[in-house]
Amino acid sequence: MADVAGFPSHATAIVADTRTPRHTATVRITHWITTLCFFALLVSGIEIVISHPRFYWGETGNVLTPSLFVLPIPASRSTVPTGYGFVLPDQNGWSRYLHFQAAWVAVLTGLVYAAFGLFTGHFRRNLLPAGADLSWRAISSAIAKRLRFKPLGEAEDRSYNVLQRLTYVFVVFVLFPLVVWTGLAMSPAVASAFPFAVTVFGGQQSARTIHFFVSVFLVVFLVVHIAMICLAGFRNRMRAMITGRASAHKEHA
Amino acid sequence: MSNLSRRKLITTGMAATAGASGLAVAARLANRYGLIPPDHGSVYGPGETLTYAAQRLLTRHSLAREFPRSEISKTPFANGEPFQGEAFKRLQAGGFADWRLAVDGMVAHPASFSPAQLTSYPSSSQITHLACEEGWSFIAEWTGVPLFHVLNVVGTLPQARYVVYFSMQRGWWDSIDMADALHPQTLVTYGMNGGALPVGHGGPLRLRVPRQLGYKNVKYIARLTVTDSLKGFGKGLGSASPEGGYAWYAGI
Repeated sequence: MADVAGFPSHATAIVADTRTPRHTATVRITHWITTLCFFALLVSGIEIVISHPRFYWGETGNVLTPSLFVLPIPASRSTVPTGYGFVLPDQNGWSRYLHFQAAWVAVLTGLVYAAFGLFTGHFRRNLLPAGADLSWRAISSAIAKRLRFKPLGEAEDRSYNVLQRLTYVFVVFVLFPLVVWTGLAMSPAVASAFPFAVTVFGGQQSARTIHFFVSVFLVVFLVVHIAMICLAGFRNRMRAMITGRASAHKEHA
Repeated sequence: MSNLSRRKLITTGMAATAGASGLAVAARLANRYGLIPPDHGSVYGPGETLTYAAQRLLTRHSLAREFPRSEISKTPFANGEPFQGEAFKRLQAGGFADWRLAVDGMVAHPASFSPAQLTSYPSSSQITHLACEEGWSFIAEWTGVPLFHVLNVVGTLPQARYVVYFSMQRGWWDSIDMADALHPQTLVTYGMNGGALPVGHGGPLRLRVPRQLGYKNVKYIARLTVTDSLKGFGKGLGSASPEGGYAWYAGI
């Protein structure tokens, strides 16, 4: 087999090293599928919330019960008192179809990504922060560096710094599973089969409220994520996530 | 072309063939075991099919959560305007004594039931959650006769796959598969919170399907049709909901 390749083994290693992508194909493909799903889920989720922009805690809640809070927006249902003199058009049909289809794609993509991350060591190498980086001194120095817009180091062109790692770990292992779980907890059929999935949140309305807040956190992450990409060099980072290649010339300042 | 890439081509080809035939077999099996919803034809068909198939594999016999009496909502919200048809008003004036629930289709003995007949059958009560697709909900005690009892009385034929149900309100109809139709908590409901089912909540008769969202719980039901195919009903999508853009399966 080594003869077919025609290279001595050390040469192969050098070739492989210069070709090692900034992001592997699996990461790039799952990243962009997730991006598409995220926008589909966000748009359809907003449309669904518009039909009842009131939130509750516990098992039940409707327009005749006190709310936990109300979004100050008009609604797509005349039965919801909003203070606005008009009712928005009902978009729930396609929004719900799209929301659940995008959720399926996002979950299946997430499973591929999780299996890849576990088995190839991507999580261990690139996402889990090193023990030494987790001291307050290391984290505060990393934050100070970012706040002073210090140039990113060579290491950050190849992998993530401790703040990125902590954020990605939180998004991948906490927010994403939680948004799926609270979504499933709203389903009457899932609740019938796995009551604990609902009662752990205190009820189906609590699950809906948590689903909303986790979505808000995910949107905040998205905004910061895009802002950081712009700061680090938008073209460079986009090229890395699309083609896999880190740039030859340094773009960040 | 080197040996290596030819081998790769052959394995890729074999994998693609295996994948395609695997999909075809999966589709055939899914259809045979009733895992494909009637509204699978749209761009959202894959998502709907995954949802419905997963639910049928995981939740076929699960029971909707029941709550203690103390959890019954003080303010159950009756969505929409109460039905105002002329014929309905006449029946209401007569205390719904002349209301009839016709059962036909793939049954041995098509029949028509009065509310008095239905209340004479063994009744079942459940304190369950009713959630609207919009996001609001309430808990109530629902009393009625299990749909499986009505189906036993008329003698459902073995090829039955769906029960289609029609409201007296024109244009409002829906259907459920036999897993939901024979489910012990699926009720032809005539009572709520200890009294008669109020008109606002669908009285005199409402089909209660507690493992699905509110819109599958059709109010003022007047006819049930047992069938092996939904093709002949409306646009063949299983209910009025997909015709209005909403999913047929609402157990999500």
